[in-house]
Amino acid sequence: MSGGNPKRWGRRALGTLGSHLALIGLGLFFLPFYWLVITSLKADAEVFAMPPVFFPKVLHWENFGRSVNYIPFFLFLKNTLIICVLSVFGAVVSSSLVAYSFARIRWPGRDPLFLVLLATMMLPGQVTLIPVFGIFRALGWVDTFYPLVVPHFLGTAFFIFMLRQFFLTIPLELSDAARIDGCSEWDIYRRVILPLSRPALATVGLFTFIGAWNDFMGPLIYLNDERMATLSLGLQQFVSQHGAEWSLLMAASTLMTLPIIVIFFFAQRTFIQGIAVTGLKG
Amino acid sequence: MKPKRRPSAEQRRNLRNGILFALPWILHLAVLIAYPIAASFYYSLCNYDALRPPRWAGLENYRILFTEDPLFWTSLGNTLYMVLFGLPVTLVVSLAIALLMNQKLKGMAFYRTVYYLPSITPIVATSILWLWVLNPEMGLVNTVLQKVGLSGPGWLNSPDWSKPALILMGLWGAGGGMVIYLAGLQDIPQQLYEAASLDGAGKAAQFRHVTLPMLSPVILFNLIMGLIGSFQYFTQVYVITKGTGGPQDSTLFYALHLFNMAFVDFRMGYACAMAWVLFLVTLVCAFAVFRSSARWVYYGGEAR
Repeated sequence: MSGGNPKRWGRRALGTLGSHLALIGLGLFFLPFYWLVITSLKADAEVFAMPPVFFPKVLHWENFGRSVNYIPFFLFLKNTLIICVLSVFGAVVSSSLVAYSFARIRWPGRDPLFLVLLATMMLPGQVTLIPVFGIFRALGWVDTFYPLVVPHFLGTAFFIFMLRQFFLTIPLELSDAARIDGCSEWDIYRRVILPLSRPALATVGLFTFIGAWNDFMGPLIYLNDERMATLSLGLQQFVSQHGAEWSLLMAASTLMTLPIIVIFFFAQRTFIQGIAVTGLKG
Repeated sequence: MKPKRRPSAEQRRNLRNGILFALPWILHLAVLIAYPIAASFYYSLCNYDALRPPRWAGLENYRILFTEDPLFWTSLGNTLYMVLFGLPVTLVVSLAIALLMNQKLKGMAFYRTVYYLPSITPIVATSILWLWVLNPEMGLVNTVLQKVGLSGPGWLNSPDWSKPALILMGLWGAGGGMVIYLAGLQDIPQQLYEAASLDGAGKAAQFRHVTLPMLSPVILFNLIMGLIGSFQYFTQVYVITKGTGGPQDSTLFYALHLFNMAFVDFRMGYACAMAWVLFLVTLVCAFAVFRSSARWVYYGGEAR
């Protein structure tokens, strides 16, 4: 009889408790997002009302228009997008090339170099920060996008590692067959490996994009000219200068977050699979 | 065994191709890692302001660091506070959420999205939002606390509460660790639970003797990543305090102090010395974790 068994009843109660907890947590995690959006839609008087207004009577959509004029939003957006797109291109091309060498070509020195690559992942960025700054400054690259973009064209240890693990799962017979057909190493990379690796390459592209979109320290160090600022940097400077304009700040923050949410919705599977692969298969 | 002979044409081709394909990384390693490591160590033994050439100073930077800069110890203490309190709390909360998400829930994708999104929200936007959410008078958190009859603390304005406030804010990003745990949970074979259940193990015993051991490699991964991340903690506090690390240096974390030394005071040599100390501290902590992991991480029957 259902319900008559105390053990089963206990398990069901535990299950119900679990789903209730999940729901409460959901509310807690959702609330700040709600606060972000609702504050950006409030009139100035409502922002500072005591007690705070949870459901404003009128939604001031014009706050978004005001916020993009208050800071040069579209200029910052353009700068950010240039950096993001170039970084994604650089990361996907260079990391896949290097990963191909580590996974599919047998050459002396390969394995030690791969160990070095793994070791560099433990190195705090601060150790290299100042000499790297010195190099880029000597090249006259301060206040350009080069310091933020060029390193992506030289491969990222983490993505090289991830793609190598992925390339290793592709059967060697495919390469051998292509070689018998007269393909060069480049042809195999370009026509066999890359097409089979689209999900992994998408993961690299996606994480690079989000990383560049959210990056703050890089722009902070290299972009002093206000017209070169990215959204992260521009928004932070906006806070320092106009700390009290909360509705406009929230509107700008919402606008900056929105693309990330949209990308997440369209690429959810890539995200989740990518994280599972990068996090676990080592 | 064949006697040693000249490399074949194929071997030579492989060597050439291997190096060509790996060239971006070889350049990266040489220009952006190997040379900077050497230069950084040299600078740490110099007075260097980035304008004039570095002047040899021996161990002077390190001496000042340990004996004359109280902010060095403050920033190290603040950072260790985050490692000792913030990191375990975050690890436990993300595991708890992953366990909740591992049930069969209706609308699973929606749950996962809401829990995960804060962790990829731009940190600058997150920090601005929480600056407002944690506002002592008009913030969301203290308003809710007031409704249940509690008077909330000053959070980011109070030296005693600023670090707990940052930990609370960090918990909002616990979804990042959650997805990694979740992937690990879904890799645990169902038979193990069935076998444990047949042996009379209840839910708690199953969690203790099946889930935790099977998940331990993932816990180690999240712990190491969290450890490295805690020592690099920077953007949130830079945005919230405009780089000051206030109130009363209570949020002056190591990476922020280092940044201020390098790019505000232009004491680049000193900042390099700080970076090397940071590297050593990180290494020691990571080494300690790895050493202890032999006792608590379970890698299954397979040889690794």
